[in-house]
Amino acid sequence: MKLPLSDHEYGEHGAVLPPQNHATHDGADIDLAVRTGIYRKLQEMRQFESRAYDLFMRQLVKGTSHLSLGMEAIAAGFGAAMRSDDYTFATYRGHAHTLARGVPMTPVMAELLGRSNGLMSGKGGSMHLTSVEHGMMGSYAIIGAHLTIANGAAWSAQYRGTGQVAVCFFGDGTTNIGAFHEALNYAAVYRLPVVFVCENNLYMEYTAIADITAVQHPAADRASAYGLGSQVIDGNDADAVYLAASAAIERARAGEGPSLVEALTYRHGGHSRADPGKYRPEHEVAAWKAYDPIPLYRARLVRLGVEEAELDLIDKEVAGAVDLATEEAIAGDLPSPESAFTDVWADGGSSWRN
Amino acid sequence: MAQLTYRDAVARGIAQEMRRDERVVLIGEDVAGAGGVFKTTVGLLAEFGPKRVIDTPISEQAILGAAMGAAMTGLRPVAEIMFSDFFAVCWDIVVNEIAKTRYMTDGQVVLPLVIKTGNGGGLRFGAQHSQSIENWAMAVPGLKVVTPSTPEDVVGLMAAAVRSDDPVMFFEHKGLYSSKGEVPDGDIVDSLGTAKIRRPGTDATILALGMMVPRALAAADQLAGRGISAEVIDVRSLVPLDTATILSSLSRTGRLFTVEENPRLLGWGAEIASIAAEEGFWDLDGPIQRITTPHIPLPSADSLEDLVMPSADSVATTVEKALQS
Ligand SMILES: Cc1ncc(C[n+]2csc(CCOP(=O)(O)OP(=O)(O)O)c2C)c(N)n1
Ligand SMILES: [Mg+2]
Repeated sequence: MKLPLSDHEYGEHGAVLPPQNHATHDGADIDLAVRTGIYRKLQEMRQFESRAYDLFMRQLVKGTSHLSLGMEAIAAGFGAAMRSDDYTFATYRGHAHTLARGVPMTPVMAELLGRSNGLMSGKGGSMHLTSVEHGMMGSYAIIGAHLTIANGAAWSAQYRGTGQVAVCFFGDGTTNIGAFHEALNYAAVYRLPVVFVCENNLYMEYTAIADITAVQHPAADRASAYGLGSQVIDGNDADAVYLAASAAIERARAGEGPSLVEALTYRHGGHSRADPGKYRPEHEVAAWKAYDPIPLYRARLVRLGVEEAELDLIDKEVAGAVDLATEEAIAGDLPSPESAFTDVWADGGSSWRN
Repeated sequence: MAQLTYRDAVARGIAQEMRRDERVVLIGEDVAGAGGVFKTTVGLLAEFGPKRVIDTPISEQAILGAAMGAAMTGLRPVAEIMFSDFFAVCWDIVVNEIAKTRYMTDGQVVLPLVIKTGNGGGLRFGAQHSQSIENWAMAVPGLKVVTPSTPEDVVGLMAAAVRSDDPVMFFEHKGLYSSKGEVPDGDIVDSLGTAKIRRPGTDATILALGMMVPRALAAADQLAGRGISAEVIDVRSLVPLDTATILSSLSRTGRLFTVEENPRLLGWGAEIASIAAEEGFWDLDGPIQRITTPHIPLPSADSLEDLVMPSADSVATTVEKALQS
């Protein structure tokens, strides 16, 4: 018998280092306007998440929060490739995916703070960000479930003939739960217009995915068993993500069925809250922090001729927006006591008897 | 008016709604080509075609997730979970996702969907294919829960369930599938959240659900022969619960009995008993009594299954004894 912790101490498993082929996408055929748009989104996500962390440490964000720091390129790349009426399904690690769809920062921040001006008036919280009008169909906190739900949205789009595509993000750890496997087969059988996106950040909560998964690529290696095309990509290169996303989404939109993208990435912080992430080899953390999607993307834009000053201006505008969202969120009222009793049912109430 | 079996009534109810609204679609294991393992969806594929009546893999989570995702984006799906026991493998989708999403999203997400299922015992299927689990669903905020006992109610409550903008758990009783009843012609639309007095009476109120309804009615027949006039109420809907009909009956009869197929602990009757104790206490002329299956898994052998489930005889005996003491 081979046990995960029989051949190495906890946290001392072999490191998985980032790819180092960043310059390869410089020449990709992507509009500069799309690229600066992606850059702005990367900044929004980075600065928003950093602020969310500060507010958590100040105990203004209660409960829990799961940040996408270090993983922004996946949300930004997909966000740029999606049509405005496409559907996003995310996990509890969904702040970035919500911003990616154009949801304004204030209601998102206010939701983290449990305020009445929150995206769901304080009733959902950090793990359940949803904005139907933006196609952000929800953030789901039970591992695996939302892959099956994304299938349903894709089925409905197919049935209604709207050409919409559902894009479903999930982690590496999610590939070991039954719902993942049910969902992939189901999507393949009915050729649903859905794109499954595994954000492989190498860890579930506090355990390395490699220690408890039999194959190297937890999502992509399984996809083939269900007849799903898949690609493993550099999830820290927003252009690589954008290209893979565009191809997968167009394929789905054209009626050619579902596919899977496994994007390699890394979280800069811990799993949630104030987790320091000490279960990761130090040189692995250092290598991935050095392969940070944002400076890498900025360097590319500069190589492609964008003025530093233009990028600085974006950074500054985003900083202003994050400050404003923080102020507006903190100034938000607490939810009204009555709101705890609304919207259990479609009649707006919570009554279960006459 | 036509005589219809309970199982045919299921298909008729779904067909009625599918004809009216093309957003209504049906998915489940063996529901299309085979017409359902209990033959409750016969004819639907032929009438509505393979785009609207769909056979699925044995993937209960995928089935309910698909229904949910479709409901939140404009369809009105009916999904079948073949035996209600199988909810144990997809309860996450029901409880964590379907039941809570409207609330968590502050009303942004609407989930007009129906989950139909074969529930209950009496068919000698043993402990994993016979459970009465409507009380599991009743315990979860955000789910409407109905259990029809007659073919006419099957049609009308199915229509009401499909038209509801809330998720509805539709518990068909497997033991009633072959039972027959008169069903009026034309469209039938009932309302959720309403109990029905099946037999008026003055001495005792007997509440029953699903297959316990005909048993309670048979018990009332026996009791009538012994000079006891029992009122039998078909609860039909656990959520919303028609407490008005129940408490008003109690105020007239002074005695309350529940006949529950579920195992004893926390069966649906426990909640009603507690409501009656709080709100109908001064109307009571004696203790509330729950008649349930004991707190055991259901045995398979016919002799044992019959022994443990409430029967017309055991209901009549219990009520008679209680009224005499
Ligand atoms: C069914 C279920 N089991 C366990 C958990 C607890 N849990 C929350 S996040 C998490 C790790 C998930 O890892 P992964 O899928 O890689 O996503 P990541 O957090 O890395 O983005 C676990 C085990 C859960 N939410 N749901
Ligand atoms: Mg992970």
